Amino acid sequence: MTSKLSKRDVLKGAGALGFSAFAVRVAAAPAAEAVTPALIGAAKKEGKLSFYTAMDLQFAETLGKAFEAKFAGIAVRVERSGAERVFQRIGQEYASNIHACDVVNTADQAHCIIWKRNGWLLPYLPQEVVTHFDKRFYDPEGHSITTRILLSPFGYNTDLVKKDDAPKSFKDLLDPKWKGKMVKAHPAYSGTIMNSTYETARDLGWEYFVKLAAQNVMQVQSATDTPKRIALGERAVMVDGAGYLVIRNKEAGQPVDVIYPEEGTPVATSPSAVFKDAPNPNAARLFQNWMHSREAQQILVDYARQYSPHAQTVEKPGVRKLADIKLMKEDPEAILTQSDDVKKKYAEIFKV
Amino acid sequence: MTIVVPAAATPRKYGIDFTKPVLYGFAAVLCVLIVLPLSWLFLYSFTDAKGALTLANFVRLFTESTFFDPLVTTFIIATSSAVICCAVAAPMGWLVARTDLPFSGVIRALVTASFVTPPFLGAIAWELLAAPNSGLLNKIFRAVTGAEPDVHLFNIYTIEGIIFVISCYTFPYVFVLVANSLDRTPGELEDASSILGGGRWYTARRITIPLVLPALLAGALVAFLQAMTLFGSPAILALPAGFHTMTTKIWSLFQYPPKPELAAAASLPLLILTVFLLRAEHMILGRRGYSVVGGKYGAPRLIPLHNWRWVAFLVCLLVLMLPVFLPYAALFNAAFSPVATTFLTFKNATMHNIYFVLYDLSAASLALKNTVILGTATATIGTMIAVVIAYVTARQAVTGWRVLGFLATAPIAIPGIVLGVGLFLSYTRPPFVLYGTLWILLIAFVTIALPSAYQQLQAAFRTIHPELEDASRILGATRLRSLWEITAPLLRTGVIATWCFIFVGVMRELSAAIILFTSETKVISVLIYDLNESGDLGAIAVIGIGMLLITFAVVTAVNRIPGFGQVRFRT
Repeated sequence: MTSKLSKRDVLKGAGALGFSAFAVRVAAAPAAEAVTPALIGAAKKEGKLSFYTAMDLQFAETLGKAFEAKFAGIAVRVERSGAERVFQRIGQEYASNIHACDVVNTADQAHCIIWKRNGWLLPYLPQEVVTHFDKRFYDPEGHSITTRILLSPFGYNTDLVKKDDAPKSFKDLLDPKWKGKMVKAHPAYSGTIMNSTYETARDLGWEYFVKLAAQNVMQVQSATDTPKRIALGERAVMVDGAGYLVIRNKEAGQPVDVIYPEEGTPVATSPSAVFKDAPNPNAARLFQNWMHSREAQQILVDYARQYSPHAQTVEKPGVRKLADIKLMKEDPEAILTQSDDVKKKYAEIFKV
Repeated sequence: MTIVVPAAATPRKYGIDFTKPVLYGFAAVLCVLIVLPLSWLFLYSFTDAKGALTLANFVRLFTESTFFDPLVTTFIIATSSAVICCAVAAPMGWLVARTDLPFSGVIRALVTASFVTPPFLGAIAWELLAAPNSGLLNKIFRAVTGAEPDVHLFNIYTIEGIIFVISCYTFPYVFVLVANSLDRTPGELEDASSILGGGRWYTARRITIPLVLPALLAGALVAFLQAMTLFGSPAILALPAGFHTMTTKIWSLFQYPPKPELAAAASLPLLILTVFLLRAEHMILGRRGYSVVGGKYGAPRLIPLHNWRWVAFLVCLLVLMLPVFLPYAALFNAAFSPVATTFLTFKNATMHNIYFVLYDLSAASLALKNTVILGTATATIGTMIAVVIAYVTARQAVTGWRVLGFLATAPIAIPGIVLGVGLFLSYTRPPFVLYGTLWILLIAFVTIALPSAYQQLQAAFRTIHPELEDASRILGATRLRSLWEITAPLLRTGVIATWCFIFVGVMRELSAAIILFTSETKVISVLIYDLNESGDLGAIAVIGIGMLLITFAVVTAVNRIPGFGQVRFRT
């Protein structure tokens, strides 16, 4: 399929960057593991697992239910909040020796780097990942695997804004006509927005946000909330947030659409990992394995309208191909060192 | 910190009085509950991230506008809310308790309904109603007037909006205190005044108002402190409104990397202000005794309102539309409509949200179970502690009662979120490793519930004169026995009300829970907060309506317990 090549081109240095730094000092890669009857049996004995995630709740629960349908007797409990809050939660729990998380999916690659450094993650490479994922989409030591590729485009309410009047670029958003009409998510709660904020500030400068803040922007927490706000018609334009939800809402008949800004669309690669001290180690492995199987990844494409790193997933029309979108460059290593600074500057500029 | 324990009491000739050991036991429990987390907070506020002593946290607090602005905002919100609450709740309490207002029971029930509504849920409901563009009220306004899309009547994302929403769910505190106090005031005093020639208003001014003043002042104080330390409503509304209150600021300080030392410092001004206010209340009320001798009282004399009866009733109903009818209508609408703020019709109605909450939302059943367990346990334990402390302070039964009273009131000055951190610091290290269990939440909830439970029961004790207990003790009963046989029956209504009060309080509690929960010990309020973060308003609406039903079921059930209940629950 064409998208495999195009992803490789476009995401050069994007999704891969976080892991390539470690690729240099790779230890022995763990053997790729298939889903065996023994694993399923052990997982069913555990009977449950907890899945901490930043993905949209409806999608996460759908994924959980699909897993439960396939492996009857294993209940998936979804713990959803923004990636930065997931990160805070796990840190707080681990600091107190509470190991409640089985599998995590975050929207901020820097988190997996830190967890890996802390020695908290289990090296685990599913067979399908090794076979069908480009090497840039998983840690060679198997500590984390890219589950989905997220974009943070603009969105707008088509009842409130005509297509021709809609903003085309970040620069357009500074037009006085958008004053009081925009909604934006917050980098201290959302991993997608942490990435988009960093990338936008790097490419356009922090002065851009100073000017944007003067536009009286409504501030919410999660990247999954902004698409819902424009669907409600509460604000006309979404500055950032989960593009896939705008597309989903559009396909569900709501008056919304996405815009990929001229300067480039921010990217956040969203990895998943299994914790070494997972309370349900076998169920955790099984879930991690299944989540990156073609079956689950196709749900990601068909239902959630996201981009899959799995080479065999079939695109469903309605979502623009990654190759056709000008993307900003992801840089998890920079976020690793600068996330606190980003939050601080952001709070100073937007006052919240 | 320790309580000074006086030398052993002189031995008694007969019977064993367990009073003192029991009392000191409770004092010790209280100390652990409150002093331990507070000590950690003090310690942290004076240290830097590395643990060295410093004043830098306070310097930042008062020089940086990112800290000072929220402090000012919080003060404005708390003062305005307290004033509004008193202005609305005191007349309403009087109307319900002292006049022939029709359907006063309905009014009481509606106040109960607004009280059991968690402030964060109310805030979300008011978002649905009064968000400038998508709010239902603004949509109606535009439809009626034909105004342009951006024109709006209400904007909930403003400081006025936050004050309004906070007042909506804080005024029941004032109403409860005023109405209960008026309920307990015997009519004979007013009759006596009338017989002696006092006119209706003279009687009100010289008898009724002074009798109810302690309750009103206590109500104003509670309203102020509630508004100041509230996290739920600001957590929903302040971020979109573009400013912080102290509580949301403190919460933001726990984002990675957490800065507990700054948070601790930021909470101290709130603590000091509260201590000051409590002193002020004491100075105003301290010298006056308003105890009414127990025994037979006549039913309060109802003032006839004549033609104004129905007007007054309608005004009450209109006021109660704001915290009850409108928000629940908005939640009902959101629960069944395809998009939260689309008007529900027979055609577009959907069961999707109900189905999602019941079958898909995998965190819901555990959160529900945790909440019910914690609510029941907290209410039972909290009521027991509050009764004992209220008794001790009302009767000055043990040396150091002032300290006990202070300790029981002190938690109200600690924003729940800061208490959460204090407890977190206290109970994540040996010898008490409680984080990750329901115990730490139980401790937090008991501590948070204590001040209002204590205030409520103390107000109840104040109206029971100690003569009755004294008589029992003169006749040879120990203090505990006279408590059990004399005081307890008189207090029954108050105790049941307090139990329900705490149970409901647990359903409402978000601020400490948001720090102390783990995925295994999540409660409903945290679940709703998470759902709000991602904008899943339909699911929130379904859970919110479910919460209200559960609360009413529990409150009704408690009132029906044989031999204990049979007392009508009064808000």
